[in-house]
Amino acid sequence: MATQEVTMRVWRGDASGGAFKEYRLPIGEGMVVLDVIHAIQATQANDLAVRWNCKAGKCGSCSAEINGKPRLMCMTRMNTFKPGETITVAPIKSFPLIRDLVTDVSFNFEKAKTIPPLRLKPKEADGTRRMFQEDIDRAQEFHKCIECFLCQNVCHVIRDHEDNKKHFAGPRFFVRLAALEMHPLDTNDRKQFIKEKAGLGFCNITKCCTEVCPENIHITDNSIIPLKERLVDEFYDPLAWLFRKIGGK
Amino acid sequence: MAAEGKYETHEYDVIVIGAGGAGLRAAIEASAQGVKTALVCKSLLGKAHTVMAEGGIAAALGNVYPEDNWKVHFRDTMRGGKMLNNWRMAQIHAQEAPERVLELEEWGALFDRTKDGLILQRDFGGHRYARLAHVGDRTGLEMIRTLQQHAVHKGIDVYMECNVQRLLKDGERISGAFGYWRESGKFVLFKCKAVVLATGGGGKAWKITSNSWEYTGDGIAMALDAGADLIDIEMIQFHPTGMVWPPSVRGILVTEGVRGDGGTLTNSLGKRFMFDYIPDFFKAETAESEKEADGWYEDKKNNRRTPDLLPRDEVARAINAEVKAGRGTSHGGVFLDIASRRPAEYIKRRLPSMYHQFKELADVDITKEPMEVGPTCHYFMGGVRVDADTTAATVPGLFAAGEVAAGLHGANRLGGNSLSDLVVFGRRAGLYAAEHAKALKGPLAVDAGQIEAIAQELLAPFNGKGGENPYTIHADLQDCMQNLVGIIRTETELKEALDKLAAFKQRLTKVNIEGNRQYNPGWHLALDLRSMLEVSEAATLAAIERKESRGGHTRDDYPKTDAKFAKVNVVVKKRKDDLHISQEPLPEMPEELKKIVEEQK
Ligand SMILES: Cc1cc2nc3c(=O)[nH]c(=O)nc-3n(C[C@H](O)[C@H](O)[C@H](O)COP(=O)(O)OP(=O)(O)OC[C@H]3O[C@@H](n4cnc5c(N)ncnc54)[C@H](O)[C@@H]3O)c2cc1C
Ligand code: SF4
Ligand code: SF4
Ligand code: FES
Repeated sequence: MATQEVTMRVWRGDASGGAFKEYRLPIGEGMVVLDVIHAIQATQANDLAVRWNCKAGKCGSCSAEINGKPRLMCMTRMNTFKPGETITVAPIKSFPLIRDLVTDVSFNFEKAKTIPPLRLKPKEADGTRRMFQEDIDRAQEFHKCIECFLCQNVCHVIRDHEDNKKHFAGPRFFVRLAALEMHPLDTNDRKQFIKEKAGLGFCNITKCCTEVCPENIHITDNSIIPLKERLVDEFYDPLAWLFRKIGGK
Repeated sequence: MAAEGKYETHEYDVIVIGAGGAGLRAAIEASAQGVKTALVCKSLLGKAHTVMAEGGIAAALGNVYPEDNWKVHFRDTMRGGKMLNNWRMAQIHAQEAPERVLELEEWGALFDRTKDGLILQRDFGGHRYARLAHVGDRTGLEMIRTLQQHAVHKGIDVYMECNVQRLLKDGERISGAFGYWRESGKFVLFKCKAVVLATGGGGKAWKITSNSWEYTGDGIAMALDAGADLIDIEMIQFHPTGMVWPPSVRGILVTEGVRGDGGTLTNSLGKRFMFDYIPDFFKAETAESEKEADGWYEDKKNNRRTPDLLPRDEVARAINAEVKAGRGTSHGGVFLDIASRRPAEYIKRRLPSMYHQFKELADVDITKEPMEVGPTCHYFMGGVRVDADTTAATVPGLFAAGEVAAGLHGANRLGGNSLSDLVVFGRRAGLYAAEHAKALKGPLAVDAGQIEAIAQELLAPFNGKGGENPYTIHADLQDCMQNLVGIIRTETELKEALDKLAAFKQRLTKVNIEGNRQYNPGWHLALDLRSMLEVSEAATLAAIERKESRGGHTRDDYPKTDAKFAKVNVVVKKRKDDLHISQEPLPEMPEELKKIVEEQK
């Protein structure tokens, strides 16, 4: 297979400033954007900063904005672009830049600390935990999250207003909260937290998060909307919450 | 100036280096023992190798086959490891794995369920019964997230993207660790009473590999430098099924779960060739006909296991031989077919990430066509020599667990036995490191002169002259290890590898790094190369020493197992600047355990 030349525009710089820099290089069959970034690193810019681990869409390290679209570099095939098209790779925008394609995503790790943990009800009499597949299907969908933070990156509540970050956990953590809430054996009460600390009310269901999720988690339909419904129900009817928890649904 | 004043300094009782399954479990345990604990990792939290594990975690829960118990698991592990395993580790592992899996469930893991609402278990190579607890084919993600969230809720201090380079000693015992922040490039000093190494393996020194950039063998090299022994470092697992096409994805893992769930290996003639490669050692427990093999998935009492699920070393060698004999695919692999054997819906439900991976990266729909697969460097059975019960290395204050430690898997690891290893021995490492720390009194001393020398060494790549590019050296190293220290080895080639490694070491001194210390991957790679070269040299020397074929070590010039070598570990030590090789007897297994291993049924 004949090799093809491509032109890449890659952001180079740090918090103090920077610019796009152009690189031309040959590519081989099957390559993804991350391969091309690695090739630039190996041959033209040894110090080009980028995060990656699995190269197979499993670890969520390699998030970037490719031609303006938030994506995983390791799952974006070069043959999805038009021949001759210049491909622009920029760091994700909502988090402070460290260097080149690497951003400071500590916001997410800080939010993770605040989430009220799982509190399981007592075991069955025989010492087991019985859960049926159909009861965990919903939560398992949320457990697929690879923490790429692409949803956090596109959510306008975070992206457009620095101030909101204090009071808003973001879609990744709505997914996490939904996973905890829908764990069939959980008994913890998170409604105050979801409303006041996680700021679910800021979300106006634009669905941008769902669109970018590489794991195809239905963030809005399956986690945010049900959480919103629960909040409405249960602020009016606190017993419903209790009932749901004890009933184990 | 004292090192404490010059560099950012932190003081802890226990430092855990590595935040995969082993490190997380160790940190959780140490912290639960009430000692001041920190967790250090070179990627972000939750991105370690453990996140990539697919097929499952092995534990004799007996949920699918009540006949299963620790004894059968122990036996399978020993036989899979060609009896080179440390028997006591294999025993502890088999006994404690079920408890550790249930603990994960207690902490929030949601494994796939049986009809009765218990944890479902799947078939895997070398395991007599369906034994692997799993979540589709993303078990590692479930495990790391569960442990990560648990650790975060326990308030354990985590140092992310912090790369530890050397261990520090006060006389004979460990007193700290020294490294750098990737973000700023600034140095950081940890003073501590005990270190748990949980840094994983070193497969990134091979070209075709399932391993990420993290697998540069840092922990193994640091242990060697600190005076600790390695064992079994010649034992490297080539997983039989990595992707082979397109070239950009070569080496990416295809889970053994594909075969566990009914997939078979075929050659270009359409033949299920594994029937031709059943070794005597496994004859009695392996199916002889396709009919028996297919029957085994449903009925294990009346059928024996399909040879597609022989231990990995056997399958990898068989694929290698088929391709060499000209019966491979056009891209140099063999076919792995589940499309013609299971319904599309079943495949998508059981193997969603394989479906996605092939569709996105190779334009192959695995529910409609076979995959092309071939061996990929995957796992280090060897590593830091540890005490079976306490995970203590041979240097006081140093502990090791997970892939970086050696012993449990012997000459070959069974699939699913790593994830269970991580939690069983991760917990023990945390426990005994905490005990060690509690017993030590008095101030911690680190040697300022030693630290200064390390700091200068770490900065050397910025001052190098000679214009060598670390990426080029890395690519050359990968070619060398792939071609000369691969699946099939010979003395001539191994010696050639040693010469090359010596030349790479020279070239490394001539590396010249562009840019500054801030998040500079070129610099990081130059430092990683040091450990990769050290580990590669250790593996090559040990491979020369073991003049036989066993498990993950196959010698073309000594193609048979040799009774002499059945009873020894190859040990590597570093004294001054040189690596020393010796053979030491394996610990003797008690009679009652020998009986378990020999039982055929
Ligand atoms: C694709 C794939 C699939 C697999 N599937 C399975 C499976 O189904 N079942 C199974 O049992 N096993 C499986 N394995 C093997 C298993 O996943 C690994 O052996 C296991 O996860 C290793 O865990 P660990 O805790 O020892 O190390 P890791 O999870 O690799 O973690 C190593 C940690 O050490 C840190 N580290 C390394 N060096 C340094 C340093 N110098 N300074 C600071 N930190 C450092 C890293 O940042 C990381 O946090 C699979 C492996 C791969 C690659
Ligand atoms: S749906 Fe809500 S959480 Fe998702 S991007 Fe829109 S505002 Fe943000
Ligand atoms: S929910 Fe989806 S987009 Fe958001 S962090 Fe998780 S995997 Fe990424
Ligand atoms: S490198 Fe892991 S998701 Fe891209």
